[in-house]
Amino acid sequence: MNTDTIGIERGIGDFSYPEQHEFDAGTGLTPATIDYISRVKDEPDWIREFRHRALAIFAAKPMPTHWASRDLENIIFDNIRYYLANGQRPTRSWDEVPDDVKKTFERLGIPEQERKFLAGVEAQFDSEAVYSNIKKAVGDQGVIMMGSTEALKEHPEIFRKWFGKVIPTSDNKFSALNSAVFSGGSFIYVPPGVKVRHPLQAYFRINAENFGQFERTLIIADEGSEVMYMEGCTAPKFETATLHSAVVELVAMKGAKIQYVTVQNWSANVFNLVTKRAIAHEEAEVKWLDCNIGSRLTMKYPGVVLKGRKARGEVISIALAGDGQHQDTGAKMIHAADETTSNIVSKSISIGQGRATYRGLVHVPKHLKGCKNNTECDALLINSKSRTDTYPAITVRGTGNAVQHEASVSQISAEQIFYMQQRGLTEAQAMSLSVNGFVNDLVRQFPMEYSVELKRLIDMEMEGSVG
Amino acid sequence: MSALEIQNLHVTIDSKEIIRGLNLEIPKGEVHAIMGPNGSGKSTLSKAIGGHPDYTVTAGEVLLDGTNILGMEPEERARAGLFLAFQYPVEIPGVSNANFLRAALQARLPEGEELEATEFYAQMYAEMDKLEMSRSFTSRAVNEGFSGGEKKRNEILQMAMLKPTYSILDETDSGLDIDALKIVSAGVNALRGPDRGFLVITHYQRLLDYIVPDVVHVMMDGRIVRTGPKELALELEEKGYDWLKEEVGEPAGV
Repeated sequence: MNTDTIGIERGIGDFSYPEQHEFDAGTGLTPATIDYISRVKDEPDWIREFRHRALAIFAAKPMPTHWASRDLENIIFDNIRYYLANGQRPTRSWDEVPDDVKKTFERLGIPEQERKFLAGVEAQFDSEAVYSNIKKAVGDQGVIMMGSTEALKEHPEIFRKWFGKVIPTSDNKFSALNSAVFSGGSFIYVPPGVKVRHPLQAYFRINAENFGQFERTLIIADEGSEVMYMEGCTAPKFETATLHSAVVELVAMKGAKIQYVTVQNWSANVFNLVTKRAIAHEEAEVKWLDCNIGSRLTMKYPGVVLKGRKARGEVISIALAGDGQHQDTGAKMIHAADETTSNIVSKSISIGQGRATYRGLVHVPKHLKGCKNNTECDALLINSKSRTDTYPAITVRGTGNAVQHEASVSQISAEQIFYMQQRGLTEAQAMSLSVNGFVNDLVRQFPMEYSVELKRLIDMEMEGSVG
Repeated sequence: MSALEIQNLHVTIDSKEIIRGLNLEIPKGEVHAIMGPNGSGKSTLSKAIGGHPDYTVTAGEVLLDGTNILGMEPEERARAGLFLAFQYPVEIPGVSNANFLRAALQARLPEGEELEATEFYAQMYAEMDKLEMSRSFTSRAVNEGFSGGEKKRNEILQMAMLKPTYSILDETDSGLDIDALKIVSAGVNALRGPDRGFLVITHYQRLLDYIVPDVVHVMMDGRIVRTGPKELALELEEKGYDWLKEEVGEPAGV
């Protein structure tokens, strides 16, 4: 086994340690839950009030089942625990991390990875970060990377300025839920002109059953700066539903570049309902690289608001829906300035009863000039039971704006599999190779360590699904 | 027994019998040709031997050096030394030729053993040079956008790299111009030797000018109806198949 890869494969992730939580907000969600979380976290009043307002919005908003999967109705909010933590501050030293948490992350390969190629690491276990460290040279340049809980206390001036500004609480039911009970997630600030050469990495680990993880990530890349952030997510497989509902806000100031890479490998009991959006100012570039493997239902449509002239947004996404899974993913590009460009490339693979849905939103208002969008969505079906849907909503008004959209659906044919088998590959190997071929051009855009891991995850998924 | 032996083979597709009691023996070191009119079951024979799931063997045996391969998966037959050069090679989008060949070779190694990359590339380049294939084909997706001739050369490249004991070439000449035909034939001839057997399926005699067979069989209605020396091919070219049809008569059971 290649130890260079990031250990987030299904087999490795499927384990848990007994819970020993000092702080437990209990089951169910009421204003008292919010007060408990706010008190434990020792938060300022404005945040507690923000949370209460969010809870009211969450309660008032209906489930979006008029367009989304009815499976959402199977989330029983009263059965979920909203805050679980040990009351310990995240440590900068790996040795001080509690033993069972340390064992968990070591099995997932975190310390080695950090030594090898990362500029900073943040590791979250259930509700709070347990470990947070940034390389000294990177920290000395003024780069900040810490958990949102700490950032709120240590950098309130930057935090408050941007928090909730890209994704308002009322954006959707789950952004409201996150705003009410958020905990953990990364806060990153990159000062003007600083180019962080190595990626910053976060790990999100759910250990507890009947639990909801609601991290809140905020990344601000100041003028002319550059940063790449990568996140990996795992959870053990429990019989009951687990909820992951994050909010991720990115701000790319003038000329800044942000790349945000996600490789999720949630177990098949996780509802993964995530809101991710960026604002790109003048000449800024934001690129989401999003790979969704696992989970029961994922709903995620990373977006970029192209706010400044010549801003550029990109979403590259891969979704693999295995038997019994539904990947409902896509992208949003809101053009709000002249000469802004956006690119969406989405590839989905549905296996067995798996279902992949692409939803795209591209909006170019009438008064803008010189805007361009390219959207490509390709679906691959493996066996006749799988299902794929494409809902591209492209509104382009005015003249002098260019849009192109291509979509395709293909199947791996029996002839293709026989041909490969005749050359000596097993059916599963042939499937894996075909699927890897299908996503190959996108996988190559991921950092090396992730592309190797992605290939392995696909191989494992295919082995499990064939004979 | 060092041979590919086909004994009393019956094959159906969609419950229609296409191969009806076919017998054939290709000893190691020999090249046999099967000729026959369209619809005589030539391609069905190669697919059935390869283990294509659409073809059902209802009776008979296919022995590869004495082992009956009919119960094996297609990949097990391949690893046992069987190779099919396809009449219509399949495109595999996104998978490079080099990666495909590597995967095929890797699949033949014992678990835990890794294919030696530099050796692999050296060998592949040498074989590609023989087939006058540009190096750019290593990074192109398998057969995708290849011309008919390029696809057939690619089949021969795979055969040269995988070094099968028995190869079945299904209408390898179809879609080839004369220059490509010569290159492909030279590629096959280079692989001929005492340790390999070939079954060349063709509709036309032309290919057999370049790949000269030891034995020629004529197939009609799912059976071998005539076997003879290489001159039999010339006779068929000259007279067509009709005289044989008359001579053999209507097959029984129709």
